Amino acid sequence: MTMESKIVIQVNNVNVWYGPAQALKDVSLKVPAKKITAIIGPSGCGKSTFLRCFNRMNELVPTARTEGEVLYHGQNIYANEVNPVEVRRRIGMVFQKPNPFPKSIHENVAWAARINHLQSNGRWKNTELEQLVETSLRKAALWDEVKDKLHQSGLSLSGGQQQRLCIARAIAIEPEIILMDEPASALDPIASLKIEELMRELSKNYTIIVVTHNMQQAARVSDYTAFFTLDEADRAGILVEHGPSNQIFTNPRDERTEGYVTGRFG
Amino acid sequence: MQLSPARQKLDHQLGLLQEDIVTLGEMVELAVRKAVEALKRRDVRAAQLVCTNDQSINDRRYDIEIEGLILIATQQPMARDLRLVAAILEINTELERIGDYAKGIARITMLLKDENVIIPTGKFQRMADLSLSMLSRALKAFVAQDADAALQIPREDDQIDALYNQIFKDLMHKMIAEPATMEHSNYVIWAAHNLERLADRVTNICERVVFLVNGEMQELDITDCESES
Repeated sequence: MTMESKIVIQVNNVNVWYGPAQALKDVSLKVPAKKITAIIGPSGCGKSTFLRCFNRMNELVPTARTEGEVLYHGQNIYANEVNPVEVRRRIGMVFQKPNPFPKSIHENVAWAARINHLQSNGRWKNTELEQLVETSLRKAALWDEVKDKLHQSGLSLSGGQQQRLCIARAIAIEPEIILMDEPASALDPIASLKIEELMRELSKNYTIIVVTHNMQQAARVSDYTAFFTLDEADRAGILVEHGPSNQIFTNPRDERTEGYVTGRFG
Repeated sequence: MQLSPARQKLDHQLGLLQEDIVTLGEMVELAVRKAVEALKRRDVRAAQLVCTNDQSINDRRYDIEIEGLILIATQQPMARDLRLVAAILEINTELERIGDYAKGIARITMLLKDENVIIPTGKFQRMADLSLSMLSRALKAFVAQDADAALQIPREDDQIDALYNQIFKDLMHKMIAEPATMEHSNYVIWAAHNLERLADRVTNICERVVFLVNGEMQELDITDCESES
C-alpha cells in the first residue's frame, strides 16, 4: 500500500499476551502522520489492546506482555531507556466513556497542562496557561459553549461536551498523536457527529488513531482503515487488511474484510 | 467463513431489484423488436403503440431508481453490495435509454408514413437480433455476476457497426441517385443509428458488470479513434 503521507508510527510484528492467552499476533502497520486511521473489527479481536500498544497502556495490566517494536519517529517506544510517561505525553488518549476530572472545566484542561509544563520547563506565566486553556477548548470546539462558565464543574456538562472537554484536556499537553477508543459510542447521534467533525478538524494538526464499532463512522471520518479479526486457529487478534478507507469500504481485497464491512460476518 | 443471516432483508431487496432490472430488460427488448417490426412493415399504428408504451418503461425506471436510493439510505450497503446497487442504478438508466431508442425507431416509422424510401429490412432485422442478443446475455452476466462473460460481449459490437455502415452506404447511394429521397433516407439512417447505439449501451452494461465483480472500472469500448474510417 502506498502512503502519500509521512509515517509517524510504525508497528513491527507486535504480539501481546494477557497471561497465557495471546491477544494480538504478529501485527505490523504503518500509521501516516496527520491522518485519521480507523481500527475496526468484531468484538474481542484485540482492537483496544492494539490501540493501547501505542502508548504502553497495556503495561498497566499486570498480566500483559508485549513483544515487537513500535517505532515512533524511528525510536522503539518499548526500548528500556524510554520513559512510558514521556510516551503518553506525546501520544494522548481519549476513552469511550467521557471521564473529566471532578474539577472545574478550567481545571480539567489547566491541571494536566500545568503538570506537563512543570515537568518540562519548571516555570509558568499565568497568561500562557490561560491562553493554553482557551486554545485547547477552542480546538476541541467547546470554547464558545463554556467560556462563560469555566469555573463550573466539568461534570455539569452534557455527555458530548464532557467528551470534548476530555479531548481539550488531551490536547493541552500538546501531543502529536491522539488515540481514541470508541470516542462517540456513548453519545447521542448529534453529539457523535460533532465528535466526527472535531476529529476531521483535529487531523489537520494531529495524527489520530480511532477504534470504532460504527462502520459508517469509520467510513465517514477516516483516511485509512485497518481491519482486525480473530485468527481461526488460535483466536488471537490479527490484522487482516489495511488500506485507504475508500478502498476498504468499496472494494476490500480480503473476503474476511468484505464479510465484515457488508455485515455478513458470522 | 460462516456468514450470518443478519442481512436477509438487504439480500432480499437486492434480489428484488435485480429481478426488476431483468424485467425492465425484457420490456425494452420487446419494445425494440416491435419497433423494428413496425418499421419493416411500415405499420404506423404499431409504431404509435411502441411510443405510447415507452411511458411504462420510464415509470419502471423511476421505480427502480427510487427503490435503489431507499436501499442505500436504509441499509448502508458496503463493498460488493454497494457496487451492486451502483450497477443496478446505472444499468437501469442504460435500459431506459434503449427504450428511448425503440421509441425513436417507432417515431421514424410514423414520420415516414408511406413515403418512397428504401428500408434494408434484412440488415435491420440482423442488427436488432444481434444487439438484443448482446443485451440479453449482458443481463444474464449481470445476474450471474459473471465478469468473464461480460468481457466477451462488447467484441461483437464490430458486427453491429459493420451492418450500420452498410445501411449507411446503401442509403447514401440512394440519396445521391434520388435527392428527393434525402429527408426520408436520413430518417432511416437515424433508425439504424438507434440500433447501433443500443449495442453501445450494452457495452456500458458489461462495464458495470465487470466493475461489480472486480471493483475496477474498465473501458470495454474497443473503438480505435485513430483508425476509425
